[in-house]
Amino acid sequence: MEKEEVKKIIYALVEASTGKKKLKQSDILKKVSADQGIEKDEVKAALRDLVDAGTLIFTYFGGSFIEIPPK
Amino acid sequence: MSKKKYDSPLLDELEKGVFPSFVTEIKRAAAHSDMANDLIGHTELCYKERVTHWKHGGIVGVRGYGGGVIGRYSDVPDKFPGVAHFHTVRLNSPSGFYYNATVLKELCDLWDKYGSGLTNVHGSTGDLVFLGTRTEQLEPFFAETSSRGWDLGGSGSALRTPSCCVGKSRCEWANIDTMAITNDITQHYQDEMHRPAFPYKFKFKAAGCPVDCIASIARADMSIIGTWKGDIRINQAEVLNYSKTMDIKAEIIDMCPTGCMQFDGKALKIDNSNCNRCMHCIAKMTKALRPGTEQGATLLLGSKAPIVTGALMSWVIVPFIKMEPPYEEFYDLIDKIWEWWDENGKNRERIGELIERLSFPRFLKEVGLEPSPAMVKWPRRDPFFFWSEEDIQR
Repeated sequence: MEKEEVKKIIYALVEASTGKKKLKQSDILKKVSADQGIEKDEVKAALRDLVDAGTLIFTYFGGSFIEIPPK
Repeated sequence: MSKKKYDSPLLDELEKGVFPSFVTEIKRAAAHSDMANDLIGHTELCYKERVTHWKHGGIVGVRGYGGGVIGRYSDVPDKFPGVAHFHTVRLNSPSGFYYNATVLKELCDLWDKYGSGLTNVHGSTGDLVFLGTRTEQLEPFFAETSSRGWDLGGSGSALRTPSCCVGKSRCEWANIDTMAITNDITQHYQDEMHRPAFPYKFKFKAAGCPVDCIASIARADMSIIGTWKGDIRINQAEVLNYSKTMDIKAEIIDMCPTGCMQFDGKALKIDNSNCNRCMHCIAKMTKALRPGTEQGATLLLGSKAPIVTGALMSWVIVPFIKMEPPYEEFYDLIDKIWEWWDENGKNRERIGELIERLSFPRFLKEVGLEPSPAMVKWPRRDPFFFWSEEDIQR
């Protein structure tokens, strides 16, 4: 699967959970790799791109989570 | 130059006595920092009302990093605008905490420019801790420090900055090169440190010998403690010299935890098969005793301070491992432990708590470690070993 495609899937997952459940990095890796049948490392690399670009950010609320940055 | 803005009778109490006081240091910083000045008023209010006025966490950080910055805000920013934002920045400390004065002065000058001027060298994890800055100052401070070769340390649900004792750089009793090991772990696990992916925090600390000057056994999820195989080396002539100034029976023989030593006034005998390598005798008679020549490390797992649940001490999971580059066996084990923790751990559950919840035998089985008598804390008092149904039937 192309990295750009994985990035879109990750973003959609985080967006869908916003306001409902905070996702940890490991939640995203497990869910996307299981759903798409790809290695966790692939998901991790795509997620890293999203964080490096500022499209997603890490937050801390008693634990570290991945979220969409506030506008 | 800032002037004194607040009376602080409660904080002033903490300047009394013989010990150094953080209040004195904040007051010194307040002479040239409005942030430090407001920190005095803010802290005094917290003490007076017996409630914290800090809010912790949030979304502050440096782009691309998930750790290294701890967000902190005042819930009374109108009263104390200087500490409306008071974020902490952690910089990864060098192994063994070696600096020169030029570097420290440079960092302090940077923090005077971008922050409150207050530092904590070092935090309990081991980082260089820079206390108090505003959100908009984080990226410029990070750019200045990273251009000088520094990087952020760990925070949040991530690998925390590994730390160690000075090891072989200054201590002849070190059985492992703690600084090399710590630096290698730091470089190897950059991703795990900067992009939090664990259920909760994880700390490595490396101590060169069982004296454990850095108290790794109580402060790190994984303690790497230098040890040896084989017999303790004895210089009997030096033992006799010690016997002239030391009560060897009272100070050495009777204090040996396994009672494996004898001294008849002429020669010291050690039953090495019963020695548990506490190193008390070696540390007391440094000229007479030395560790064995085959050196490596004992790996212990599980200690933590009481945050979510109570404190734990680490216990042995690998009695002896050669800690030599490229540390493949060590990293393979760590990856398995983290995978097991990731699969089974709850949010904010440390690895030691998980082992207590699911049992030590299950941990050993699923991570692929062989049970060993060295894992037993002491005879008939071990909480981790249980007979399985299969064992009973056998």
